[in-house]
Amino acid sequence: MVDTDTLTAVAEVPETETGTTRKMVLNMGPQHPSTHGVLRIILELDGETITKAVPEIGFLHTGIEKQCETRTWQQVVPLTDRTDYLANLSNNLGYCLAVEKLLQVEIPARAQFMRVMLAEVTRINSHLVWLGTSALDVGAMSVFFYCFREREEILRLFEFFSGQRLMTSYFRIGGLALDAPRGWQKWIAKFLKVMPSRIEMLEGLLNENPIFKRRTQGIGYISLDDMLDLSVTGPMLRAAGLKVDARKDHPYSGYDKFDFNVPTLTQNDVYARYLIRMEEMKQSLRIIQQAYEGMPNGPYTADAPHVVLPDREKMKTQMESLIYHFKIVTEGFRVPAGEAYSVIESPRGELVNYVVSDGTSKPHRVFLRTPSFGNLQALPTLFEGFPIADSIASLGGMDFVLGDTDR
Amino acid sequence: MTIPEELKQDPTVAAVVAAFPNAVEEASNNLGELTLVVAAGSILDVCRLLKNDQKYVRLSGVTAVDWHPREPRFEVVYLMQSIQPNRWLRVKCRLAGDKPEIDSVYSVWRGSDWYERETFDLFGIVFKGHPDLKRIMMPEDWQGHPLRKDYPVHGYKYSYADPQ
Repeated sequence: MVDTDTLTAVAEVPETETGTTRKMVLNMGPQHPSTHGVLRIILELDGETITKAVPEIGFLHTGIEKQCETRTWQQVVPLTDRTDYLANLSNNLGYCLAVEKLLQVEIPARAQFMRVMLAEVTRINSHLVWLGTSALDVGAMSVFFYCFREREEILRLFEFFSGQRLMTSYFRIGGLALDAPRGWQKWIAKFLKVMPSRIEMLEGLLNENPIFKRRTQGIGYISLDDMLDLSVTGPMLRAAGLKVDARKDHPYSGYDKFDFNVPTLTQNDVYARYLIRMEEMKQSLRIIQQAYEGMPNGPYTADAPHVVLPDREKMKTQMESLIYHFKIVTEGFRVPAGEAYSVIESPRGELVNYVVSDGTSKPHRVFLRTPSFGNLQALPTLFEGFPIADSIASLGGMDFVLGDTDR
Repeated sequence: MTIPEELKQDPTVAAVVAAFPNAVEEASNNLGELTLVVAAGSILDVCRLLKNDQKYVRLSGVTAVDWHPREPRFEVVYLMQSIQPNRWLRVKCRLAGDKPEIDSVYSVWRGSDWYERETFDLFGIVFKGHPDLKRIMMPEDWQGHPLRKDYPVHGYKYSYADPQ
């Protein structure tokens, strides 16, 4: 985490050969507004050019993986909310899929559609926050207000579904926490009606905006080979022309039933990353539309009484259900020994949940391979050799969340 | 060496076994997840082969699992992806509990940098040949490795007052 050695090591740079200029060490963060959290970057500057960048993370490390080992399997779901706090439902989904793979329970179609629908709303939510903050960084202030206005609608929608605006924990192992509340169709229909014009408006503010274009076009270049080598995933890869998306490559939770495109561009700069994310929002709307129209009826939890809490009514009238309820609540359910991982496409990139069970009611190990951690490794390559003024724009193009990085 | 018959046909398994017949300790395909357990000493060679010949161009992550008090105590887990063809592979190495050490795969994928630092920080596994192996999550002067099973959840102290 805080590393005083790095600072002094960088500071002892000898004067350049010409003798007229000296390199300067600049500390950026951890409380810098453009780092979107608590990221510290130690920059070595030659004039305006960054010659070395050393990122320091760990300021938000809360030991979530350690805490996971002390909770029952179901109690881990709220912890996953707290890693990437802008894409909670994606995190819930990834963890539930991994455990369900180990348990080998089959999720009914309604729960799958609901999961897909809300995961895509989450994607729009996350991209809106990204758009607002990174546009603010390059000087477009009004975009920020519009984005947060739309996001407020989404948060209200989450509250309507799960009772929580941010830490939703709506997806549970075996299905959903509750069936969708009465009247959910009206909310989604309104969202689908309003959102396309709002995205259009945001594009109208930025697509041809000369200041935005000057600050993002041709900025933040990193070669595709470097990105693959450095474990970068998500929109950054797609903006470099590589068509990778876990939703298409190895469909999970019934994504193969939906018709959508994976946008790619080849410009490989911050502007292309912006265009990709805007297009992803539109594709997410298509998926939500299809889920909304084709939402099947039926149960919202799996037919697995040893995992899913019984219906309240049944619990009070049937002995069997009462026993299951008591067992699940007091000691949690056991998961067969073994290991499994799930790979999903979170708004930021590839999210891998790797769970190991020793056959007890608590996880032996939960490893969250979060997209922000992998993506941040590319930071020195993105920064070094470029002017310091561009660093803010390329930082914005990466779209990371420090809670997701540090866990 | 226990390799099920059906896995001997798998191109990845076949290639690794052909190149390093003594390295592969186990191979399995549980839940559709191809897994190779290789000897810790040959991890660098195996990874180089997997990247260069088998097109596992992406290292998704590196982590470890602590099986304390069982021996061998640690399992180092590498998760990698080949984009074309679309395949995933998990490679594991088992390490003894006292002085766990393994070769760094930084020379194969630069992306292993932070993952190895994290595994070193939280499990105390030393990656030999890593260019800058130091703590990444915990403070530099932290005692112990939090994700080890014998490390208490609350840490060794109940409060961490600022020394000043």
